[in-house]
Amino acid sequence: MARALLHPAPKPLVFVLSLLPFAWLVYGAFADKLGANPAEYLSRATGDWTLRFLCLTLAVTPLRVMAKLPTLQRFRRMLGLFTYFYVFLHFLTWAWFDQGLDPGEMGKDIAKRPFILVGFLSFLLLTPLAATSFNRAVKAMGAKRWQALHRIVYAIPFTAILHFFWMRAGKNDFAEVAVYAAILAVLLGWRVREALRRRKGVGVAARAQATSRPS
Amino acid sequence: LAAVRSTVPGAVTMEKITEYKDASSYNNFYEFGTDKSDPAQNAHTLKTRPWTVEVEGLVKKPGKYAIEDLLKLSAQEERIYRLRCVEGWSMVVPWVGYPLAKLIEKVEPLGNAKYVEFLTLADPKTMPFVGSRVLEWPYAEGLRMDEAMHPLTLLTFGMYGEVLPNQNGAPVRIVVPWKYGFKSAKSIVKIRLTEQMPRTAWNKAAANEYGFYSNVNPNVDHPRWSQATERRIGEDGLFAKKRKTLMFNGYEAQVGQMYAGMDLKKNY
Repeated sequence: MARALLHPAPKPLVFVLSLLPFAWLVYGAFADKLGANPAEYLSRATGDWTLRFLCLTLAVTPLRVMAKLPTLQRFRRMLGLFTYFYVFLHFLTWAWFDQGLDPGEMGKDIAKRPFILVGFLSFLLLTPLAATSFNRAVKAMGAKRWQALHRIVYAIPFTAILHFFWMRAGKNDFAEVAVYAAILAVLLGWRVREALRRRKGVGVAARAQATSRPS
Repeated sequence: LAAVRSTVPGAVTMEKITEYKDASSYNNFYEFGTDKSDPAQNAHTLKTRPWTVEVEGLVKKPGKYAIEDLLKLSAQEERIYRLRCVEGWSMVVPWVGYPLAKLIEKVEPLGNAKYVEFLTLADPKTMPFVGSRVLEWPYAEGLRMDEAMHPLTLLTFGMYGEVLPNQNGAPVRIVVPWKYGFKSAKSIVKIRLTEQMPRTAWNKAAANEYGFYSNVNPNVDHPRWSQATERRIGEDGLFAKKRKTLMFNGYEAQVGQMYAGMDLKKNY
């Protein structure tokens, strides 16, 4: 398994698979296959795919550790960038189809609708992460600062779910929201558990050192 | 469903008619699901025969009308109305029906009848989402007496020359073209004349968002979005600028006087 993942093929494969939803949407838009309200369809679909890629991106590390497959790490950046790709399209559907690319209207809509504000905020927060995703940026910033910046990603599940929750609140229809919230909660929960375990581990080691010190 | 074209002022818009496929597949009918494709998929379970509509309340001659008798109560007319949904999209639909006033006159309203309440079917056996917490069931709507008696308010049995598809509110619904779509109750089983303003389903669910009147009004925003513009389904392309919403959905000349002197910001 680990060896198969090191093979050059999986990466382009994941890349192509990740583009499939986009390809379908482009095809659907031109072939008139997106139902009576294509603008709404595109907006919802790009939002759904953003959430799915967010889940996939955040699943890489837990999977890597649990399955003891360090090579999985190679896919994290690509999946993260696809999350940004879809959130950018999602932003664009709103800005273009809903607001006619009118900055004044966009500003008014952000101020008027809390769910738009939170969605827009999520998009803004993800932007520096996408912008500093290449190797040179890591080098230029230094690994510590780069890592600190990229911890922003842990805020996104909260803002994204709030955005989705508020959007569905009009219809009191939270089944799908709950599914995504549960998945993201597991992925973040795993990290919390790991962090606690590490801290405890450090604590135990420190105490062990203290007691073994010669008196 | 045979009908003659209506000659009532405002009853026939010359705008391009929305395709039947769009008008019958993009629906809000929460008894069959909250997604707009759900009703077309799920409403085949609705049984439209036998069907009776009970007219009761403040009337001299209350009664139960079998759908067959209701269909024959007055001459069927074709009306081509704009339909504006509160969500910001619109269609142009050719309906078949006759003025609700014909039925109301028949039952002879008492002097103190001020409102008309509509109750729609709520059958958990055939409507999978009745019982979900989205709204209180049965779906309830209402009009003021003068609105209900207005010649444009249509008791509707068909569209596009055919009987209503289930997802569009078969076998009988109301269509009030100058109000947001949710005011036009579907699959009606009871019509009740009252003195008190009836509570409506959406008003109960979110009173600050959905008022009793809910007239189409580009100047009064929904608390969560603007109502100034709309997208015409099947017509306005992805990149087209959305079209401006008209006061009373373009029926101001016909209905505006009913609201003279009313603060429409307060009575939204």
